[in-house]
Amino acid sequence: MASTQSTIRIVPTGHAKRARSELMRQRLRAAGWFLVPMLVALAIVAGWPLLRTIYFSFTNASLTNLYGAELIGFKNYLNWTVLKSGRVIWSGLLADPVWWNAVWNTVRFSVISVTLETILGTVVALVLNAEFKGRGIVRAAILIPWAIPTIVSARMWGWMLNDQFGIINDVLLMFGLIDHKIAWTASSDTAMIAVLIVDVWKTTPFMALLILAGLQMVPRDIYEAAAIDGVHPVKTFWRVTLPLVRPALMVAVIFRLLDAMRIFDLIYVLTPNSSQTKTISVLARENLIDFDKFAYGSAQSTMLFLIIALMTILYIWLGKVRFDGGDR
Amino acid sequence: MLWTYTKTASFYLLVAVIVFVSVFPFYYAILTSFKSGTALFEINYLPTHFTLDNYIAVLTTGVFVRNLGNSILVATSVVVLALFLAVTAAFALARVSFRGRGLLLMTILAVSMFPQIAVLAGLFELVRAFGLFNTPFALIFSYTIFTLPFTVWVLTTFMRDLPVEIEEAAIVDGASPWVIISKVFMPLMWPALVTTGLLAFIAAWNEFLFALTFTSSNQTRTVPVAIALLSGASQYEIPWGRIMAASVIVTVPLVVLVLIFQRKIVQGLTAGGVKG
Repeated sequence: MASTQSTIRIVPTGHAKRARSELMRQRLRAAGWFLVPMLVALAIVAGWPLLRTIYFSFTNASLTNLYGAELIGFKNYLNWTVLKSGRVIWSGLLADPVWWNAVWNTVRFSVISVTLETILGTVVALVLNAEFKGRGIVRAAILIPWAIPTIVSARMWGWMLNDQFGIINDVLLMFGLIDHKIAWTASSDTAMIAVLIVDVWKTTPFMALLILAGLQMVPRDIYEAAAIDGVHPVKTFWRVTLPLVRPALMVAVIFRLLDAMRIFDLIYVLTPNSSQTKTISVLARENLIDFDKFAYGSAQSTMLFLIIALMTILYIWLGKVRFDGGDR
Repeated sequence: MLWTYTKTASFYLLVAVIVFVSVFPFYYAILTSFKSGTALFEINYLPTHFTLDNYIAVLTTGVFVRNLGNSILVATSVVVLALFLAVTAAFALARVSFRGRGLLLMTILAVSMFPQIAVLAGLFELVRAFGLFNTPFALIFSYTIFTLPFTVWVLTTFMRDLPVEIEEAAIVDGASPWVIISKVFMPLMWPALVTTGLLAFIAAWNEFLFALTFTSSNQTRTVPVAIALLSGASQYEIPWGRIMAASVIVTVPLVVLVLIFQRKIVQGLTAGGVKG
């Protein structure tokens, strides 16, 4: 990789030693000053708010009473009271079925959507990697779903999936695939399907582009060699292409997975108030802002953060990803 | 022979399906936006009606133009701020070897993985404490959390690939690091800056959660929130025509920009993703 030569190595040798180390010190000092503004900005908008969210999750804060809040320990997470009769009543996040429903929805949504996007993205990437007339048009076309704001795609699809006047029902009826109009976004059986359709439509292009970048790094002569040896193209895909693009594929999958875990806007707009699609982010915001259970919402946000952090750490540990481009 | 034809035909069929599925929803939104009244509730696959009523209604009644202005102001300021902070930081991260650099890059990547909801409570408190609530500044301030790590990351990858000889020559001529950035690297960096700037702009233009939470009046909302909350006289009377017109208005500039810069954008996206 080019990055191995991109930093100037100052090797102190002989008489030039003093001058060079002075130069090195100057560079290091400059680097420090260059980094400070960015680090301060990140500390203010990311570090501090995260710490405050975690702090709030251990208090009884409410929107109207942020500063008079008292620390109540883990009560937002798990708490119990023993009644006179000896019955124990559990409360808090971990005993809340609504929370577990949101966790289930988040996991279900993330796993299904990322799986579909990976498969479809690979198909699209393979198509784009082939040489044919009009490839530029296809690439331009698949960028359109990516460029459309999520809210706009939620609204567009909300209209297409409309039960009375939606074009999707019309097409499906025409081909006899359904026998009555379906209220895609409102019905509890189909709400998640509707969300998945829109998310897959919107995000597959991104997947496809990342996978395509991986495909293009595979040298062409490998395919030629396989073709000369008479290997069937399908076998070439499984035995040659896939193992070679796997690193790129894994990065794309993990990026998407972490992104899918925090989904908010699509669900908030497409299927508002549906318990079938309410994810952790939607639930947490509802508690934070709408229900005035600020501390409880903070606890839910903190849990989501922990889940995502754990996934990231696990991934880095398992995948042994190197982040500095390999020159340490 | 026949087999080859079938193969070619099915390949082009697949291509056609991909293009159709990608483009159709937006085409249908445009189609709907040109319909009004009862025509809206007839299902047509080809253009049959043409009226600008929805566009006129969106642009003249309500505060949609104001919302557009807010979005432009917020997205532009965020991009300028992020690029300014990121260029110098990327120089340090890409060109100077120091202890803890890998860890620092990892932290920056980790921040871009933050679920926005995890900082919502803390940011809400900060925004209120700074007196920014319900102003565009609340959004400019808070959007830094996702634009800055991303721009730093992508610019670092770009800067790493600049040839080391140029920098060595500048050092021999006695150029300070600041001169190297502003006089030597900047002219070479323009394509990268345009790409990252554009991607950051799109991210800020589309953001919803912070915009929904940190603004509370119609006048201060950005476009995504305005479109999400656009409603008719009653809950059951959703003004689909106007929603589609507003959607088309905010999406067309993005689609045009993306199509113009498509090569650059693909490069930028993959630099942010694959090389991680």
